[in-house]
Amino acid sequence: MINTKLVELQSTALRVREHIIRMSAGGGCFIGASLSCVELMVYLYKDFLRHGLGKESPDLRRDYLFLSKGHDVPALYGTFAELGFLDPRRLGNHLSTADSIYWHPNRAIPGVEFHSGSLGHLPAVAAGVALDCRLRGGDNRIVVITGDGELNEGSVWETVLVANAQKLDNLTLVVDRNQFQANVRTEELVPLEPLADKFRAFGCNVRRIDGHDFSQLEEAFRGLPVASGAGGMNVIIADTVRGKGLPSIEARADRWFCAFTAAEVEQLLQELHGRKEVVIESETLVVR
Amino acid sequence: MTYEELLIETALADERIIVMTAENRALVRNAPKVLGSRFVDTGITEQTLVGMAAGLALRGRIPIIHALAPFLTMRAFEFIRTDVGIAHLPVKLSGYIPGLLSDGNGPTHQSIEDVAIMRGIPGMEVYCPADEDDLVRSLPAIWSSDAPAYVRINHKKGEYTHASFERGRAEVVAEGTDVTILVYGYLFGNALKAQRILQQEGLSVGLVNMRSLKPVDEAEIIRAAKRSRMLVTIEDHLLTGGLYSIVAEVLLKYGVTVRTLPLALEERWFKPGLLTEVLETEGFTPEKIAGKIYSSSNLLYAE
Repeated sequence: MINTKLVELQSTALRVREHIIRMSAGGGCFIGASLSCVELMVYLYKDFLRHGLGKESPDLRRDYLFLSKGHDVPALYGTFAELGFLDPRRLGNHLSTADSIYWHPNRAIPGVEFHSGSLGHLPAVAAGVALDCRLRGGDNRIVVITGDGELNEGSVWETVLVANAQKLDNLTLVVDRNQFQANVRTEELVPLEPLADKFRAFGCNVRRIDGHDFSQLEEAFRGLPVASGAGGMNVIIADTVRGKGLPSIEARADRWFCAFTAAEVEQLLQELHGRKEVVIESETLVVR
Repeated sequence: MTYEELLIETALADERIIVMTAENRALVRNAPKVLGSRFVDTGITEQTLVGMAAGLALRGRIPIIHALAPFLTMRAFEFIRTDVGIAHLPVKLSGYIPGLLSDGNGPTHQSIEDVAIMRGIPGMEVYCPADEDDLVRSLPAIWSSDAPAYVRINHKKGEYTHASFERGRAEVVAEGTDVTILVYGYLFGNALKAQRILQQEGLSVGLVNMRSLKPVDEAEIIRAAKRSRMLVTIEDHLLTGGLYSIVAEVLLKYGVTVRTLPLALEERWFKPGLLTEVLETEGFTPEKIAGKIYSSSNLLYAE
């Protein structure tokens, strides 16, 4: 990846993180899971997807992104805002019933392909879209992002079986492998490793990358085989860090859902920019 | 015309239709060779079936999906509610062997709460045809609408020739001043025979095929309540949440009171066996239905 592009992507990612941090005030958000998939979201929308954002009428030839792990919607809205497809002021309406921005993706926000929140649903919905794209002879790419904790849901594996039976090689499932489910490390509750082997055993074409490294993201997505209707679905396991960018909350089991005060948000923004060591131990942290 | 003939004819005429099944091929045996890639069997995967149908509908398709009624409505319930319901997508659910039609399968296969749970989903329509004739008269309107719909598939041949179908309208077979029987689905045939028995006994008995349970024909329920001294609801469904509940809701809404006798399954699964035996054991033969109504109407007149 050329340097100017890398710098631009990194700078967008930084601003998306600022949006996420601000959305953790006034009621809070699932900050950890949002921060872990920022590079993924920014890369996909800025560089990879032929998305339908900003179009008057949706184009059936567009690529699709489905956010199955719903909690990370601040990363999606932050990316929309940075790309100019969502008025950043609306992010301030987070959790206001006067707007449509809440803790999970909402199709009322232009660009959100489908709502989610209940885990293990969107792999199937994405498979249905992938099937139709193939029936119409389109070269659309369909990407669905799941959490790693979400892989506890049997419906994910059910859909992987079916997608491979139907040879939906235009479908790519990305696992945001941030090592945590809601309250504990995945490996301490329902161990997933060796995860790549599991997907391979199901017949998937698997790659595992550092999900915070734009060059690796580019290589993985640009390296996806041309869909021919003959192969298995693609899986990209993106190794990430929950809470990435804020050392004070990174990889902590108790930093799943956080509701910060306005003052704490300011401290975290300082921390994001590396200006100050911040460790917030306040009781205002809400862990749901 | 059979269900499958209508399905294939409709699918051939409309490219938007995708016929899907979770490996329940009883009603769609010939669809694969005729429809090719527009026939999709996902295997024994009701959740994925419904989720994929939602994805196909997002792209402008009208998926008509098949599975045994209990597994479709209960195993995949949250997918129906969350993916089809919230997005209000035109996914058409065909539930096979609902109610008593599961005959010898046992309680795992008894779909006797499907009307209750499907009508609880905002925007979901619920249809319960009386027999094959009623089924094929109903489906074109159901499949061509923009709404998600659950159909309690009843492909059994009946003896009655039904009137044309309209969503939200009941079919009035007969009017009566003593009793009106409200019925849907497979028990329509026996209710019709029971009505004839009661007429011979000198009672004036009406019969209404409810067919469209959501939207329901409120006006016809109110008319029946005002026309006769007693209503009877007959259903191969739990007492809770089905037709008896619907009638109670409608009567309360309009402030109309009428004595109503429910014939339904009360708080239990039915004893499995050959359908003819099940009807006998559960008291759903024409004679037993007529007997219960007759006794109840006698009580009414004694008051």
